[in-house]
Amino acid sequence: MRIRTIVQVTALCAAALATGLAEAAEVVVYSARSHYGQEPAIDAFTRKTGIQVKSFGGNSSELYERLRAEGERTPADVLITVDAGNLWNAARAGLLSKVDSPELQASIPAHLRDPDGRWFALTMRARTIMYNTRKVKPEELSTYEALADPKWKGRICLRTSGYVYSQSLLATMIKRQGEAPVETMVRGWVANHPILINGDTKILEAIAAGQCDVGLINTYYLGRILAKDPAFPVAPFWANQQTTGTHVNISGAGVTAHAKNRAQAVKLIEFLASPEAQQMFADGNFEYPANPQASLNPVIAKWGKFKQDDTNVASAGEFQAAATRLADRAGYK
Amino acid sequence: MSAGADSAGRAPAAGRTLLAAPAAPLSAWTVAAVAIAAVLAVPIVAVLSSLLAPAGEVWRHLWRTQLAELVLNTVLLLAGVGAGTLIVGTGLAWLVVNHRFPGRAALEWALILPLAVPAYVVGFAFLGLLEYSGPVQTGLRAWLGPWARLPELRSYGGVTLMMTLVFYPYVYLLARAAFRAQGAATLETARSLGRSRLGAFLTITLPMARPSLAAGASLAMMEALADFGTVSTFGYRTLTEAVYRVWYGMFDRVAAAQLASVLLLFAFVLLLLERASRGRARFTQGHRPGREVTPVALVGWRAAAATVTCGAVLGMAFLLPVGQLAVWAFITAREGRVAPGFGALLGHTLWLASAASLCACAAALVLSYAGRLRPSRAVRFAGQLAAMGYAVPGAVIAVGVLMPLAWLDHGVAPLLEHLSGRPVGLALTGSAAGLVFAYLVRFLAVSVQTVEASLARIPGSFDDAARSLGAGAGRALRRIHLPLMRGGLLTALILAFVETMKEMPATLLLRPFGINTLAVEVWERTSEAMWQEAAVPALAIVLAGLLPVVLAIRWSGKDR
Repeated sequence: MRIRTIVQVTALCAAALATGLAEAAEVVVYSARSHYGQEPAIDAFTRKTGIQVKSFGGNSSELYERLRAEGERTPADVLITVDAGNLWNAARAGLLSKVDSPELQASIPAHLRDPDGRWFALTMRARTIMYNTRKVKPEELSTYEALADPKWKGRICLRTSGYVYSQSLLATMIKRQGEAPVETMVRGWVANHPILINGDTKILEAIAAGQCDVGLINTYYLGRILAKDPAFPVAPFWANQQTTGTHVNISGAGVTAHAKNRAQAVKLIEFLASPEAQQMFADGNFEYPANPQASLNPVIAKWGKFKQDDTNVASAGEFQAAATRLADRAGYK
Repeated sequence: MSAGADSAGRAPAAGRTLLAAPAAPLSAWTVAAVAIAAVLAVPIVAVLSSLLAPAGEVWRHLWRTQLAELVLNTVLLLAGVGAGTLIVGTGLAWLVVNHRFPGRAALEWALILPLAVPAYVVGFAFLGLLEYSGPVQTGLRAWLGPWARLPELRSYGGVTLMMTLVFYPYVYLLARAAFRAQGAATLETARSLGRSRLGAFLTITLPMARPSLAAGASLAMMEALADFGTVSTFGYRTLTEAVYRVWYGMFDRVAAAQLASVLLLFAFVLLLLERASRGRARFTQGHRPGREVTPVALVGWRAAAATVTCGAVLGMAFLLPVGQLAVWAFITAREGRVAPGFGALLGHTLWLASAASLCACAAALVLSYAGRLRPSRAVRFAGQLAAMGYAVPGAVIAVGVLMPLAWLDHGVAPLLEHLSGRPVGLALTGSAAGLVFAYLVRFLAVSVQTVEASLARIPGSFDDAARSLGAGAGRALRRIHLPLMRGGLLTALILAFVETMKEMPATLLLRPFGINTLAVEVWERTSEAMWQEAAVPALAIVLAGLLPVVLAIRWSGKDR
């Protein structure tokens, strides 16, 4: 019994350990875009170059924790994550390395990539005011700050302050204007008793049902709904067009600091930034391509052009902690 | 959780001094038991050790802004759930034990069914049904006008109501057993001395049942403390939710561990409450109860009221949410939106749950048998320590497991790299072994209780006979005890299996890369408010959860 038990236990241990060991692959990608579904752009890369891509999905925080814990031993070559703050954090933690690629610098606008070249946007999404077309006229809306006006009392739906895109919105505004005006704005929002709902799609449904009249939502959520139901009674309003421009955020990619297949990793990111791949991203999830040369999905093209806030999105990460503390101080839960 | 069993670590009365082996200094079984307990205690020690780290910026910020609110919210939630489950569970138990009304026999066991549904599943089913844009309120508005609204479900009241509906069976089961065990004699004495029926219930029955009621309520409160999915979906900020938020939102593992320590304090208090009340339960109902109380046959509106009350609770706690899930599952299946990876999801869940339940049973066997062979203080303490995990929230255990695993990894990795000759990712952190270990810490108590109770039914004379015929302890276990314990072992396996399947917070934090379980899938969908997509995995969990509930119903039936 002894020998057999020992062998069995050892086998079990080895099996358990084996789940942690990575296999060798051409390019290993850690992607937080995995919950959007299969990425045709990555399949296209493999078809074009013959380089195999092994993809691991997870949410941004998990990937960050994992990369940090793995350190030099990471099998990952590329990190694709959502929200500029997450990219900034990853770069600051030393998880991403500098990429010197004139192609990427030409494809991606300056405010959508790291000033130090450690990460590059792949897609862009705007977080703007969305309103019920039957109850609100566009003339009534203007800026994010104007939502603090008492006329919106009880009519606003928001995500919680813990939601990373809420934090990024505040963070970029803090970078541009300083903390005081942003805190005034948030206090004004809170005074209007916003309804806090834990899903952008849910907020859209709440607006359509009449529970609230306006909300702050990422554009791709509305895109998804309008693609299935063009008569949905909610439309986007581009906030801050006369002032700072509408807040935008990104999903982006960077080469990891300890990548084992660096050249292929850079090739992958360059391909993903090319108009061909950008088209696939845009069509798949109703996002805006980061590369201005790519064309828009017809559903979102209907919304027209808008002025973006051209503060470098890295500020979403730089001022994230300040934004969180500001939200806590202002009572935005 | 099995109700009514003895607490861990108690040696059976086995009258075996005559042929007991002479006390060897240290038996292998004792060493094994103590070693198991020591290893399982490591996560809790790791969490507590974070208190030694200096208070970082995040902690100071939390202290200034949120901590008071988090503690208050947690206390209020526990108080609400405790009170709610006490009222509902005790009331239902009294109704069912002491009265006769139409449908009583079926309702008596059906009221246990909500145990099969995890709290976070009931939560999102109700939200989907009753929120502003959901079908009920939309219909209400169509019927009564746009001003018709229900009170906001995403609030303290909503969360407490959900948890009361899900956790009342803990109190119900224990109260029912307590009321049954009380004989007719005391009650009739009280009646003959002038008390009304209600008066006798309030002044005699309730106080005598207090230890069981307290035990049931503290179990419900422990579950409420550990809950992460429901409070997060409802936007109610408790300590458990903050642990996750601080770890993942603010990227500060140390602050998360420090928050977890505060949580541990709560858990410890609840654990003490539960142990103390169970201890006393043995003494208050020790002797034979004699004749059972004659139930009162209800008639007319009283009978109808009783049936409707029980039916309403059952409907709200089980039929409605499960029905809603079934409807959503049907819709997603018909529209072909069932996640393509569902098979893999199911496979991973089953595989992890099997591994965890097998390890739990093995460990439980070692602990119980060691306690039987050599009932020393050390082994008893080891048993209680090992079983403490069920009071500790999954999020805390996850934090506590990750710290030593990460430390081990950085020690082991250079060796592995040397052996394999290529860069190695993390071997232990985020591995299946780490996750199974966390499950073990959390759910060992469930297996230990069952295995111990099963072992205790075997008379000590069997051990003596085996010993006198020359069999060692191990051989006796294999040839005598295990075959006799088959039923108990199977039950222990099933209980641990299902608890692992339902577990979510620890799995969320510790899962291996690319591996998801049903519970985490439900969480991921509901955190994006995609109720319909969550329905199919949620139903799978409920179906699995029905297994131990059916077992629990059969056991409680045997009390008659």
